[in-house]
Amino acid sequence: MTRTTRPARPSAARRSTALRGAAVVGALALTLAACSGGGGSDADPEAAAEEGGELLVWAWDPTVEPIAEAYMEANPDVTIELVNAGTGNDQYTALQNAISAGSGVPDLAQIEYYALPQFAIGESLADLTELGADELEGTYTPGPWNAVQQGEGVYGLPLDSGPMALFYNEELFTQHGIEVPTTWEEYVAAARTLHAADPNAYITADTGDAGLATSLMWQAGGRPFQVEGTDVTVDLADEGSQQYAELWQQLVGEDLVAPISAWSDEWYQGLGNGTIATLVTGAWMPGNFESGVPEGSGKWRVAPMPQWEAGESVTAENGGSAMSVMEASENKALAYDFLEFASAGDGVQIRIDGGGFPATVADLESEEYLGTESEYFGGQKINEVLSQAAADVSEGWQYLPFQVYANSVFNDTVGQAYVSDATIAEGLSAWQEQLVTYGNDQGFTVE
Amino acid sequence: MTQTAVPVAAAALTAPRRRRTRGSWTGWGFVGPFMAVFALVFLAPIAYSLWISLFRTQLVGGTTFVGLENYQRALEDPQFWSALGRVTAFLAVQVPVMLGIALLVALALDSGRLYGRDFFRISIFLPYAVPAVVATLMWGFMYGTRFGLVGNINDALGTTLPNPLSPDLVLAAIGNIVTWEFVGYNMLIFYSALRTVPTSLYEAAEIDGAGQWRVITAIKLPAIRGALVVATIFSIIGSFQLFNEPSILQSLAPNAITTYFTPNLYAFSLSFSGQQYNYSATVALIMGVLTMVIAYVVQLRGMRKEA
Amino acid sequence: MTTATPTTTPRSSAPRLRSTRGGSKDRARTRGHSVDRPRRSVLLTVLTALVLLYALVPLAWLVINATKTQGDLFSSFGLWFGDSFALLSNIGQTLTYDDGIFVRWFANTLLYVVLGAGGATALAVLGGYGLAKFSFPGKRAVFAVVIGAVAVPGTALAVPTFLMFSQMGLTNTPWSVIIPSLISPFGLYLMWTFAAEAIPTELLEAARMDGASEARTFGQICLPLLAPGIVTVLLFTMVATWNNYFLPLIMLKDPDWYPLTLGLNAWNAQAATAGGEAIFHLVITGSVLTIVPLVVAFLFLQRYWQSGLAAGSVKE
Repeated sequence: MTRTTRPARPSAARRSTALRGAAVVGALALTLAACSGGGGSDADPEAAAEEGGELLVWAWDPTVEPIAEAYMEANPDVTIELVNAGTGNDQYTALQNAISAGSGVPDLAQIEYYALPQFAIGESLADLTELGADELEGTYTPGPWNAVQQGEGVYGLPLDSGPMALFYNEELFTQHGIEVPTTWEEYVAAARTLHAADPNAYITADTGDAGLATSLMWQAGGRPFQVEGTDVTVDLADEGSQQYAELWQQLVGEDLVAPISAWSDEWYQGLGNGTIATLVTGAWMPGNFESGVPEGSGKWRVAPMPQWEAGESVTAENGGSAMSVMEASENKALAYDFLEFASAGDGVQIRIDGGGFPATVADLESEEYLGTESEYFGGQKINEVLSQAAADVSEGWQYLPFQVYANSVFNDTVGQAYVSDATIAEGLSAWQEQLVTYGNDQGFTVE
Repeated sequence: MTQTAVPVAAAALTAPRRRRTRGSWTGWGFVGPFMAVFALVFLAPIAYSLWISLFRTQLVGGTTFVGLENYQRALEDPQFWSALGRVTAFLAVQVPVMLGIALLVALALDSGRLYGRDFFRISIFLPYAVPAVVATLMWGFMYGTRFGLVGNINDALGTTLPNPLSPDLVLAAIGNIVTWEFVGYNMLIFYSALRTVPTSLYEAAEIDGAGQWRVITAIKLPAIRGALVVATIFSIIGSFQLFNEPSILQSLAPNAITTYFTPNLYAFSLSFSGQQYNYSATVALIMGVLTMVIAYVVQLRGMRKEA
Repeated sequence: MTTATPTTTPRSSAPRLRSTRGGSKDRARTRGHSVDRPRRSVLLTVLTALVLLYALVPLAWLVINATKTQGDLFSSFGLWFGDSFALLSNIGQTLTYDDGIFVRWFANTLLYVVLGAGGATALAVLGGYGLAKFSFPGKRAVFAVVIGAVAVPGTALAVPTFLMFSQMGLTNTPWSVIIPSLISPFGLYLMWTFAAEAIPTELLEAARMDGASEARTFGQICLPLLAPGIVTVLLFTMVATWNNYFLPLIMLKDPDWYPLTLGLNAWNAQAATAGGEAIFHLVITGSVLTIVPLVVAFLFLQRYWQSGLAAGSVKE
């Protein structure tokens, strides 16, 4: 394998992005939208906070509420209205509709990393560099910091991050005498052993998840999506992507993964009763274990993500979201002040207390954080593993500027490998074809 | 006999035509409010859709007028055709099954030969009270082959029932949900229609010495033909617009229920995941025209037999 | 559907009026079987009972599972009770979870139903009466246009509707849910056919001869005659509004304005967020609580709406 562990390439942000005639997203905007809100971008955030004002925030993360309360306490003249406009895609739809209509756009919105480029390229998000975001370089771990940059601009600040790790049911592993896998090869072997020993047990559950697939390609060194302004390259047959396809083909082809969709009731059940033995997922998962899988308490542990080559330690990001100031906000300075508070200020501790996984280096490296013993995970100091995972995230990954669409058709294409004779490699090439067509239709130059 | 029963079906519609005493605008005073709101929430968006279906908007490059290009694209779009094929298959199987069961139950209730008729009537109608969202979430839970009801049955009986949400069966699984939701509703429409058949007809049949079966085919069915036609038309519209059930089940069966599973789901995905509003509007309008044509044909056929 | 008028010989509707809308006494007399009083059939009852089972088992599943804790839900047999009987605590939790947001959703739904279904019924009654008893320019086109528009999938109209409403400043307000639910094409149709039948033209002509205004004629003479039809339409629009899901999903962002259906779906989706709490047991209990009011309404009103439906449906 020729994959370099740490691509020496400078972060994606340094490349120039002259967007040629980027359109306001959505046809309808042209006929209906009035004008973009403006002003306030050169104001001083702290002064804006003292002056006070009102902010409308869209976020689904439960910890944003206490953060907003803390901020209002510290800045009595500021009123924050917090709205949960739906999770993920639902909220993006609502956001897109509001942008198209030119009214009802919030000042700040929570946006997952994979969706951020799409809103950034539509010029819906404010560039935060002028407001002081460039000074925050180094505050965050590389994964999330990379993800909020597009071209020269910074289009959001990280709320959390999802460096990946291996969550495994230790009880099940001990019971069947299986070693915790450190490489993907061992992982497949463990899958076979486990399923042979107990036909009701599976190494993991998956019904085709674009987020997981792209994260595994990412870890393998694949960089299937390259974006330079409006020039986009899609290569889902690059080496890293192929490695993923081969690995997952073995698991899916031999029926070693449980066909249970993530987040369904069966999935939570399976995590609790030993049907699903591992999850390779983002570091935000422990909170969901504690609330959704109470029966699993004491059984589960965390280990580093299995490696493509023995002895390495490379990870990727899975999930996680930023918060962005919307271009249509009329009080960007104030919005930014709150954002900084939430993302890099006192808000971080509130999020940690609420079970979130921070994106800030200082918190990840603090002894108190690293030394916390998790009762759910049998007293294990899980943050040691997770912090390390955050430091090991492979750099240089890019999402498509239409990743929301791309993920939505993942199951139409790659997903067919889970339910038919098609292979994942075939699925990837069908996916690629669809992405190229869509991208070109949308005015990008896609190869 | 048939001839005397049938006109009942049309009496209401023809009656107003006989009387043109007030050929003025007074009627608009009554119909106007409905039409005003209707224009706002139906006609205006449709007109708007027609307008945007003539354009193409790109994430990069903005909006350009493309004439009928979107329509041409739809006619050549294999995903659109596969969606259309799927709802047509659904229509061909689910609608007759549902209406058949509904009709049989209605006839059974109407025959007066059931114990506890009123209990049957209200109970079978109850699922109609369940919102489609709740019904789908509920059936989704039950369809689980591991821990759902299907799984329970497998555990208890040692069977291996196939996964209802696998690609081969998912359409049937959705058909089951829709049937469950609406069988009682249709049953009630038929039953109510049956109850208005004039007694004199049965008396006449009795004198003729007609059996139960003959009474059903010669009196009851012709008498409720109007109800049958309308139930069929509304079921066709419902099938062509199939959306809630597959869209909610999608999270449980993402590979079996593609983004172009039904035309309506396709239009939705185009619009909300792909931001292809123009093309989405085109697909919706084509489906609207198709639905109208089919409903019209059904009505013509259904009503022609009457005359 | 463009010809809304089937071509059959007209027939005086007067004789049927008595039989369809009479009290229970009348009804008994008109039943075909009162003629020969058929014997009850066990076989037929058993066969129909199969359909009954089909209808009720899922509801039983729902009610039974509303008695389980989140843990039991996963570990016990679906069609029987779990170790715990947690119905009351589930109901308590449902009503109090997240500062009692469920109660708020319930109140919203009631608001939408009262204004939406009430308004829809009023418009349908007026419109149906107008169509049935007057002839006016453009009348033929009205129903053709209504049915034609209904054939266009609503989901695809959502974005245009949203943008229009947004321009009018209606999105994220209760009006964005209420105004679209004011239109019930089926209700209009039902009222049209019902009014044509239920209001003898002679009566109208007599009233007009007496010099009564149209509004007065409608309010004092026709409305009472239309009562059973109104109840029927009201029930249909109630169900439609109560179950409304898609449009609120597009129009509303603020959970404070959600109806129950949207709220339940949000609860179900909550399990899928990082940091979100899985509350499937509350989704199930909430579903039961959502259905109960409708079921109760059906049971109470069934006497009226049966007769209304009968008169309407037969002519459809």
